[in-house]
Amino acid sequence: MKKILIIGATSAIAEATARIWAQRGDELFLVARNQERLNVLTKDLKVRGSTEVNSYCMDANNFEEHLPMLDKAFGMLGKIDVALISHGTLSNQKECEQSVELTMQEIKTNALSAIALLTHLANRFESKESGTIAIISSVAGDRGRASNYVYGSAKAMVTTFTSGLRQRLYKFGVSVVTIKPGFVDTPMTAEFKKGLLWAKPEKVAKGIVVACDKKNGEFYVPGFWWGAMIIIKLIPQAIFRRLLF
Amino acid sequence: MKIYGWGRYPTIDAQVLLPQTQSVCVDLLKSNQIVLPRGMGRSYGDSANSSTVIQTDYLDHFIEFNESTGVLTCEAGVSIREILELIVPKGWFVPVTPGSSFVTIGGAIASDVHGKNHHLSGTFSEHLLSFNLMLGSGEIVSVTKDNYPDLFRATCGGMGLTGIILSASIQLKPIQSSRIIQSTIKTNCLEEVFEQFEANHASTYSVAWIDCLASGKRLGRSLLMLGEHSQDGTLELGKKKSLNMPIDMPSSMLNHYSIKAFNSLNYHWIFSKIKTEIISFEPYFYPLDAIGNWNRLYGKAGFVQYQFVLPRAVGVKGLRQILEVIAKSGKGSFLAVLKAFGRANANFLSFPIEGYTLALDFKISEGTVQLIKQLDSMVVEMGGRIYLTKDALMTETSFKRTYPQWQQFEEVRARYGAIGKFASSQSKRLGLQ
Repeated sequence: MKKILIIGATSAIAEATARIWAQRGDELFLVARNQERLNVLTKDLKVRGSTEVNSYCMDANNFEEHLPMLDKAFGMLGKIDVALISHGTLSNQKECEQSVELTMQEIKTNALSAIALLTHLANRFESKESGTIAIISSVAGDRGRASNYVYGSAKAMVTTFTSGLRQRLYKFGVSVVTIKPGFVDTPMTAEFKKGLLWAKPEKVAKGIVVACDKKNGEFYVPGFWWGAMIIIKLIPQAIFRRLLF
Repeated sequence: MKIYGWGRYPTIDAQVLLPQTQSVCVDLLKSNQIVLPRGMGRSYGDSANSSTVIQTDYLDHFIEFNESTGVLTCEAGVSIREILELIVPKGWFVPVTPGSSFVTIGGAIASDVHGKNHHLSGTFSEHLLSFNLMLGSGEIVSVTKDNYPDLFRATCGGMGLTGIILSASIQLKPIQSSRIIQSTIKTNCLEEVFEQFEANHASTYSVAWIDCLASGKRLGRSLLMLGEHSQDGTLELGKKKSLNMPIDMPSSMLNHYSIKAFNSLNYHWIFSKIKTEIISFEPYFYPLDAIGNWNRLYGKAGFVQYQFVLPRAVGVKGLRQILEVIAKSGKGSFLAVLKAFGRANANFLSFPIEGYTLALDFKISEGTVQLIKQLDSMVVEMGGRIYLTKDALMTETSFKRTYPQWQQFEEVRARYGAIGKFASSQSKRLGLQ
C-alpha cells in the first residue's frame, strides 16, 4: 500500500490514475479547486478500495496555500511515496495572442505554480531520501507550434525543470517522473474533433501508474509519441517555420 | 456533432453537453430550451437522439457500497460493466442485466431493462431502492416507490423524459461463484421451444436463440439456453475484450444466404439434445460485448433491432404467424432471441407484459421499413407491443394503442415540469409533448 498525494486530482487523467491506485488499496490525499468534486471523488475512491482518502481545496495559483497544503498532506499521510502534479488548463492560443494578461495567467497555471510546488516537494523528498515526484507535462512542450505555443512553452519549462531536478535528486534515491501525454480525450479537449491519435485517460493512467511504481525519467504515453516527437523535433527550422499545425 | 443509437439509424446533428458535476447540470438545464439525458447511447433507435443531449460520461462515480447488505449507490453514468468489476470479486451480482454490460445505470432505469431472469425477477426497477432525479426546474428529488409513486412509475421505463437521473441505489444479489452452469436444449420447432420454456420456468435464467429463417416444419427451431449461478468456483472477471470490428462490413456481405448459413451452422453446432457446461458469466450474459463495435456488422447504413412482446394467450399461434412473415421476407438476422416474460409491473411505459418476446436485427433498407410496418400492425392486432428502447419506426397510433398508460405518463410529466423541457426524436414521433 502506497501513500499518494495528487494535486489537480479532478483532472480526467489524475482521476483515472487515482481509480487504479484506489483499487489496489493505496491511501490518497487529493488537492483540487472544486470542493463539490472533491467530495464526490473522495466517496468514489473509497468505494473502489482506497484505505483512506482525504482532500484539500486549493487553487494552485494561490502560492501561499502551497505550504499549508503540504503540511496537511504530510501530516495526514506521514510519509509520501508518490506526489503527482496534474493540474493545468488548455490555453486558448488565439485569445492569448491578443492578451498579455491571459498569456501570463496561462504560464502561471501551467508552469509557475507547478514549479513552486516542485520546489517544495523536492526539498521534502530530498531530506527523506525516497519517493517519486511525478508531473504531467505534454508532447506540446517538445517543440513550439503556432497552434498552441503558449501552453507548449509552459510545458517545456516543466519538462526542462524536472530534467534538472531528476539529476539533482538522483543521488538521494528520489525519482522524478515526467509524463508526456499526446492527445487525450478529456473535458479539457471536449471541443476537439477526435481521431486515431487520441487516447482515453484510462490508457494514460495505466502508463502513469507503471512509471510511478518503478521508473525515473521522461515518458511518452501512449508510447508511439516518442517516435512521432523525434521526427517532429528533427524537422529543420527552414521547413518547420513554414508548417502550420 | 452527429449522434445515433446502437443501430446507427437514424442519426441527428446534436449538441453534446458533458457536465462534470450536478450543479453544472442545473446550469445546463437553465441555459438550454429542450434537452434529453443520454448515457452510453446503447439504445438502438432514436430514443436517445435529441438536438441537445446531456451526456452522463463524467457523472460516473460510486457513492456507497455496503458489502454486507449488497446495497450499491452510484451516479447515473456508471456502467454495469464498472459495477461488475467492483462487485463480482466481493460476491455480488446485478439483480437484472440486459444483454450488454455497456449500459449506464441511468439508461437501465430509463429503459427499465429486463434480462434472462425476467420470468422470476422482473425488470431492473423492481430492484431499485431509490434514485435522485433532477426535474426540469433544476430541483433534485429523491424518489422511491413509496414517497413519489407517480414519479417512480413514470421515470422507470420513461426514456429519460421526466428528468435527469443523477444517482441510484440498487439491491444487488449474492453469488458464490462468477461461473454459470449453462444447459443448452435443442428444440426442433416453435411448439417444442414453448413447451421447454414452460417446463423450465424454475430455471433462474432462460433465453432461446431462434433460427428465424427456418420455415415449414422446422419453423422456430431453437437453442434454449438455461443458466444457474454455480455454487463453487472463484469470483473473478474474465479478460477484457480483444476483438474489435474496425470497419463497416460491406453491405453485400450480409445477405439472405450468409445469414441462412450462419443460422443453420449455429443450430447444428450443438449435436446432442441437451448439453451442459460451466462457463464464465460474461459469455453467458454478454456474448456480444466481446466484439467491440459489433454494430458495424450491419454496414454503414445501420440496422433496426425489432423487439416485440405478444401476450401469453396469443402464444405460439401468434408468433408462428409473425415468423412466417419474416421467413418469407427472407430478411433475417444473425441473432434472433426469444424469451418468456413474467408478469408486467406498474410502470407506465415499461415494456414487458406476460407473454413471449422476440428480438431480431434487420439491416436498414426500404424493404425493411415496409416489413416492420407489416409486423407492427400484426403485433398491435394481437395485443402486443414494441420495446421503446429498440424502436425507430413505430407510429404514434400504434404507440398510444399499445401503451395505454401514456396519458398518465404525460400527466406526471406535466405535474413535474418535464413537458417542454425533455424531449427526444422518438418522443416527438410518438406524439408525446
